[in-house]
Amino acid sequence: MYTVVDMIVNGEAVSVPVDSRELLLDTLRDRLGLTGVKRGCEVGECGACTVLIDGEPFDSCIYLTIWARGKEVLTVEGLAKDGCLHPVQQAFVEEAAVQCGFCTPGLILSAVSLVGKNRPMTRDEIRVGIAGHLCRCTGYEHILNAVAKAIDHNLSKEATHENAR
Amino acid sequence: MEIGKSYCRVDAVDKVTGRARYTQDYPVPGLLTARLVRSTVANGRVKRIDTAAAAAVPGVRAIYTCFDVPDRNYPTAGHPWSLDPGHQDISDRHLLNERVRYVGDEVAVVVADNAVAADRAVRLVEVEYEIYPAVFDVEEALKPEAMPLHPDVRPDNIIVKSQFKIGERNFDDLANETDLTFVEGTYDTQVVQHCHIELPVSRGYMEDGKIVIITSTQIPHIVRRVISQALGLAIGKIRVIKPYIGGGFGNKQDVLYEPLNAWLVQQLGRPVEVFISREETFTSTRTRHAIRTKLKTFVRSDGRLIGRHYVGYANNGGYASHGHAVCANCANEYRMLYQDEAVLDSTSYTVYTNRPAAGAMRGYGIPQACFIMEAHMDDVAKSIGMDPVAFRRKNMMKAGYVDPVTTITCHSTKLDECLTRGMEHIDWARKRTEYGRDTGNIRRGVGMAMFCYKTGVYPISLETSTVRMILNQDGSIQMQMGATEIGQGASTVFSQMAAQTLGISFEKIHIVQAQDTDTTPFDTGAYASRQSYVSGMAVKKTAEVMKEKILTYCSERTGEPADDLDIHADVIVRRTDGTPVMDMEELAMNAMYSLERTEHITANETVHCRDNTYAFGATFAEIEVDMRYGKIKVVDIINVHDSGTILNPDVAAGQVHGGMSMGLGYVLGEDYIYDDDGVQQNANLLHYKILTAADHPDLHHAFVECEDPSAPYGNKALGEPPTLTVAPAIRNALLHATGLSINALPLSPQNLLRAFEAAGIGENDD
Repeated sequence: MYTVVDMIVNGEAVSVPVDSRELLLDTLRDRLGLTGVKRGCEVGECGACTVLIDGEPFDSCIYLTIWARGKEVLTVEGLAKDGCLHPVQQAFVEEAAVQCGFCTPGLILSAVSLVGKNRPMTRDEIRVGIAGHLCRCTGYEHILNAVAKAIDHNLSKEATHENAR
Repeated sequence: MEIGKSYCRVDAVDKVTGRARYTQDYPVPGLLTARLVRSTVANGRVKRIDTAAAAAVPGVRAIYTCFDVPDRNYPTAGHPWSLDPGHQDISDRHLLNERVRYVGDEVAVVVADNAVAADRAVRLVEVEYEIYPAVFDVEEALKPEAMPLHPDVRPDNIIVKSQFKIGERNFDDLANETDLTFVEGTYDTQVVQHCHIELPVSRGYMEDGKIVIITSTQIPHIVRRVISQALGLAIGKIRVIKPYIGGGFGNKQDVLYEPLNAWLVQQLGRPVEVFISREETFTSTRTRHAIRTKLKTFVRSDGRLIGRHYVGYANNGGYASHGHAVCANCANEYRMLYQDEAVLDSTSYTVYTNRPAAGAMRGYGIPQACFIMEAHMDDVAKSIGMDPVAFRRKNMMKAGYVDPVTTITCHSTKLDECLTRGMEHIDWARKRTEYGRDTGNIRRGVGMAMFCYKTGVYPISLETSTVRMILNQDGSIQMQMGATEIGQGASTVFSQMAAQTLGISFEKIHIVQAQDTDTTPFDTGAYASRQSYVSGMAVKKTAEVMKEKILTYCSERTGEPADDLDIHADVIVRRTDGTPVMDMEELAMNAMYSLERTEHITANETVHCRDNTYAFGATFAEIEVDMRYGKIKVVDIINVHDSGTILNPDVAAGQVHGGMSMGLGYVLGEDYIYDDDGVQQNANLLHYKILTAADHPDLHHAFVECEDPSAPYGNKALGEPPTLTVAPAIRNALLHATGLSINALPLSPQNLLRAFEAAGIGENDD
């Protein structure tokens, strides 16, 4: 059973014909070519396929595409603007938070949602905030550093805006 | 200096933007998908397979069974091939197996248009088995009445038994000596899995009369050779492409499903992927060996080790995979790190059982060795009332040591300094005195463990590597290597090495990230923490030749003697006073387009490495154990490493943290759980727990650097070592905290509560 799903993907309106049983993971990868969305377990255990749906992180491997109808989906491909990395991406590069890179896109999206909370977070809060992602390479140390740096960067930018006003 | 700088990884931007392509990200038009039908019995033979119902599923293109594949055994280990038949990897399996040897063995394969059809068909394939009694325990498998699992390869279930004896004395005679304390124990390690986040998938198609396989592997050139052996196909007709891979940790140092993939492409003449799910990755790829050892030791009251006796049994599961190499490596570590005054008597068995095949996993037998050895060393130190660090210092390998079996020489060591750094960090002297006396629910302890680790596989196996460099018109360098980036940062440090030796800036070294056996020079691949040492030698040699060619060409153009020239920061200069002679771009444009004389400057050099060196290090840990729940809390932990010169400190730190994380999982709970029929009960990431960020303590690390004289840039092994000593350090901290020697991994709450109960200690002590 095919149906057409209208949604916003990385800021652009798309209409995609999908099988009504289809997973958002497959739609994004196979129909829209967004292969930054990674397939790690297919059952919501590893977090590699995480995307933001209306700003909240979801495992796209256990999310039906038809549920995304009318929603805004953000994948890692949608983060960089005008050739500049998003501050979270930049922090992951600078903090050596990337190793094999397979968990990276999903983690970056969860980090973007944490940064978007616009409040300071302790290291333990960040630990819990990214606990839905499994990484076997890093021991999470550099990832925690990167997320903390991105949160700080965002808050100092906010503070600058406040002062400017 | 380019070496020692924390450059950002050359692959980081691709990986944070999603541009980095992994195997499943390569579009292959018309791709069919293959799924495997797996044995539901641990030991048996397929009598009959009925595929009629499965074949009727719409979208199914073909079904092949174990009765259809070539009657040809092949080996799977990611080792360099040995020309000596006596040292070749064991060929003990078909593409699909009629004789099944574990639950999850491959008996048939379905190829379909899509995953839904393939999965549906897999469930409809009916397999009838002749069932034999299964044997899961190594010592059971060694009994004369045990059924041999591979009678065509081995008369019994012993894959290899190896022995060595260092020293003339008979171990048992030491019992007659005075002033010696005798300690013995049995130590067990469990089965764990690599848990790389990318599944071990591959895709294949025909092109230019070749079979092309894109695969998530650490060893593309070895995959090519094994496909050739499995299919009986000339190696020149096979092309293997290794793109970015999502972790390997040794599981992808085995050639698992690529030969089947190639065969399916050959049969169907159409593109096919072989998809292996997360559950299959657990049940049917490779694992870390469970190794059991029985250790006996005589120690003198001054702390000197007089004699040790070692018997090790590695449970290799249903297939030989890496054969005896892992178990032998375990015994080697026991010999190398400590030297006995009189004798070391060692026997090792690698044994077939009806478990999934064990193979290579980060550390290759040394995590087991370190748990076994370092637990035992603490038991020995305790028996004579000696501080564990002082005891180790008295007996450990010193500079100049030459291993009597392998001849590997200790060219450099900072192990002693590593111990000092670890003691300082953890406040060893104070806490060894103050802790270890608690009697309440919460008990505190500090413990440590140490290791040595070889850098590469020489002289046990071949070490060889080739690098190719090409001068681009802009004065930058194209660098191609058979050595592989698997997440460890190889591409970045190789680029630093090339920049260092050439005098060309890091940004102008363009390393080709993907390996393609059609164009990539030969290298055996990423394993044994070998690449920065062995392949690093090849980078250095190639860069030196390249530089000489550049300077010779410059000399011809300018009349400046080549011997007087050097390259600094992309400019050719006079060696004596640094006067610029020509910049690299001008030289490169001339070399390419000059009407007088062009030369396409390239270098392609092979290093056949005939040396090895030891890296060292230690873990120090502080824990609190809650006696009510058997729960260990890691309060503080540090790894201190002597890996020679650190090539890129940030990348190296990431390696250390990741290894420590894997070590924490190993000690705190990872384990394969089976039912009585050999069916794994936790074959998924929900029930097989690897640690999340929320489960980790802060991970500390330190490097004690030295310049190893045998290494290309002073560097020694670092990829695997960080995971080696976490488990025994925590076990030894538990010994300190509770007085209990627990000799089996993992130290999970269930296992600890059982041990506390058996020992009669726990919450009601006080």
